[in-house]
Amino acid sequence: MLHLILFLIFGAICVAGAVNLIAQTHPINSALSLVVVMGSLAAEYLLLGAEFVAAVQVIVYAGAIMVLFVFVIMLLNAGEEEHTKGSRVALLIGIPGMLIGGALIGWVLLERSGTRPVEVGSLPGPPRIIGWLLFHDFLLPFEVTSILVLIAIMGAVVLAARPESAPTAKKEG
Amino acid sequence: MVPLSYYLLLGGILFACGVIGFLIKRNIITIFMSIELMLNGVNLSFVAFAAQWHALSGQVFVFFVMVVAAAEAAVGLAIIIAVYRTRETLNVDHVNLLKL
Repeated sequence: MLHLILFLIFGAICVAGAVNLIAQTHPINSALSLVVVMGSLAAEYLLLGAEFVAAVQVIVYAGAIMVLFVFVIMLLNAGEEEHTKGSRVALLIGIPGMLIGGALIGWVLLERSGTRPVEVGSLPGPPRIIGWLLFHDFLLPFEVTSILVLIAIMGAVVLAARPESAPTAKKEG
Repeated sequence: MVPLSYYLLLGGILFACGVIGFLIKRNIITIFMSIELMLNGVNLSFVAFAAQWHALSGQVFVFFVMVVAAAEAAVGLAIIIAVYRTRETLNVDHVNLLKL
């Protein structure tokens, strides 16, 4: 029962943060709402028994990635969002897509809701077992992601570097 | 005891919020944050399914998703800085060279 109450509280905070992210017009407010979403998601992971994932969620997502976002917002001095006319693609594809998605979710919840409840701590996720799995069964994907991160670092440095020696890019538009 | 469908519903709501934000927001940084929101919704489904079927590999996949998200954030924010440097705008409606 306590588990369900905690799930509902953190789920409500999570959904409120997600809705606030869309509703706010200033990017810094959206970024702080995203931090709220990630923090409450870490609590949901703790409820599921995934301790290490919760810690990494706070450190990597709410810590590193969001600091990067906030830095870029400050660096570019991003202001209020200007309102322009909505795109036609959003209307043409978005509304039917939303209807189909909502119908699918409703069908799954109504017809396939005979799933077993998830128990608290039924599957503890301590760092020792996860580390063993990561470096034993998933060693090749792990190495591939390390190469991916290396490429991403180099790409970020190349893209964001100020073109000092290069000829000044011609401005268009 | 929380039914699995509750976790999936929460993940679905987060994903839907991300999709809506991606489509209706006009600031390129906020669009990027909507993508992160979608990835978080998927991560919640991964962890819930891992707990449901007693398979820890679901939690390992969350790490891979996080690595991809971190790499994507680094490269994407660098691209945003490059776009701002050349176009001097963050509004995606003003970056429309490829539009018909």
